[in-house]
Amino acid sequence: MKLSTRSGERIAKILIWTAAVFVLAVLLFIIIYILARGIPVISWSFLTEMPRSMGREGGIASAVVGTLLVTTVAILIAAPFGIGTAFYLAEYTKEGVITRIIRFCAESLAGIPSIVYGLFGFIFFVIYLNLGWSVLSGGLTLAFMILPTIIRTSEEAILAVPKIYREVSFSLSATKTQTIFKVVLPSALRGIANGIILGLGRCIAETAAVMLTAGSALRMAFSLFDSTRTMAVHFYILAVEGISMENAYGTAALLIILIFLINVVFNALVNRFVR
Amino acid sequence: MKKTFKDKLSERIFLALALSSISALALITVFIIIQGAPIIGSVGIFNFIFGMTWAPSQGEFGIFPMIVGTLAVTLGAMVLGVPIGICSAVFLAEFAPVPVRNMFRPAIQLLAGIPSVVYGFWGLIFIVPLIRDYLGGPGLSILAGSIVLAIMILPTVISITEVSIIALPRTYKEGALALGMSHWQAIYSVQLPAAKSGIVAAVILGTGRAIGETMAVIMVLGNAPALPRSILDPVRTLTTNIGIEMGYATGDHRQALFATGIVLFILIMTLNITAQYITRKKKQK
Repeated sequence: MKLSTRSGERIAKILIWTAAVFVLAVLLFIIIYILARGIPVISWSFLTEMPRSMGREGGIASAVVGTLLVTTVAILIAAPFGIGTAFYLAEYTKEGVITRIIRFCAESLAGIPSIVYGLFGFIFFVIYLNLGWSVLSGGLTLAFMILPTIIRTSEEAILAVPKIYREVSFSLSATKTQTIFKVVLPSALRGIANGIILGLGRCIAETAAVMLTAGSALRMAFSLFDSTRTMAVHFYILAVEGISMENAYGTAALLIILIFLINVVFNALVNRFVR
Repeated sequence: MKKTFKDKLSERIFLALALSSISALALITVFIIIQGAPIIGSVGIFNFIFGMTWAPSQGEFGIFPMIVGTLAVTLGAMVLGVPIGICSAVFLAEFAPVPVRNMFRPAIQLLAGIPSVVYGFWGLIFIVPLIRDYLGGPGLSILAGSIVLAIMILPTVISITEVSIIALPRTYKEGALALGMSHWQAIYSVQLPAAKSGIVAAVILGTGRAIGETMAVIMVLGNAPALPRSILDPVRTLTTNIGIEMGYATGDHRQALFATGIVLFILIMTLNITAQYITRKKKQK
């Protein structure tokens, strides 16, 4: 009996190590597979030239600008609402019916698939509010999508600020508003910034929701009401319609590099400069 | 503590922000239902859900093959992904040396951040030919979709499981070890059972991600709206049905896609609420 437990243990340990190594290996394999074929395509002209003949030739400048615009709109809208909601949850309410409803909604929103956000954005922003396929419709839809992420991470960051900070602030006869903006917000800034970065990454990676709301126009977007395609959508169209595998690899590699930079470098910067 | 006018004002503003954030859920629910419900009404809910033919041009809207497709692909992804995910989480929480752990966590974050289209593309150029050459069939298949999704749900399963193991009081493990259990016995007969609700929540949320994924599976499933006979057959899921046809659908066809969205929405909300219920019950204990 004892012997069998011991050999069982050994097998279990081997299984666990294998699983972990397997996960890392798959991740590395996918990344290297794409980067090895994509990085040679990336050049200055690839980034700055407009796509020609549906993307078969030329670069991806308009898709880069499209990604930038849509993402900026999404963050600008989602950040104030998300952070505000988090402050309300963390600072103003005791655990009760209202907090439970808010938390239920936020958690449910987090689980809704992006294609459903796309359907909603299409019918609400594109058709009902008559914004058309545009940077604005795409950005607003993505703002809805990343809202729960920003709420949750901000709330965690605010709750992590020690109680004593607030008590000291109150004892110095600061008002609640002053305490929130001068004491709690600066201390929680790092966590809040992490949440926004997470949202930023999701915006850049999203395809389904933006395709249904921002459209897939190849030309350069000059206003919020122009249709545009983001890099992820551009990559999808290049690959699925078999327009240009070479440019598809290039765009995919660029997306992976971007996500990597956002995850690693941004995180490091935030950790370094924000307390 | 005195409450000034400014305090009251800022409380109101924060409340307004919170209320508008949560109204998002109501707005989404209402608009999807308004768009999709009429066609379910005219086709009949039974015919819509159990109908075998999807032929929008002839006005036939049956989504049963897609429901089967969604369930098959998701089940496959769970069978492949959950054991690997849970093992990796145990590894991270209990066995990993600190430097390995410090490398593993950002790697998982990166895995979660990679665009789903990139996974789909990788599946299309790597997994699909592999299946076609060695197992037969068109390659575009349930199996290909399950493999791609299994990889995509790993971050969800791993991180939630790991957190629920780490969150256990240290005394659980120490007590088990003090009773003479080996490290593995402590994990297997004390820690994993104690973290059960967290692990169940991880699996449910992973299932939700698999059901909801669109772009990655569009590229590897083949998208035929017919009942599959084996895991090597192409299928269409609820999400891919919307993703493929939404670009050009109008009128009844578009409404039927929104109705597909309603079914998807109900499926996901059921999973969400179950997961929330399980984690809340754990917190109360």
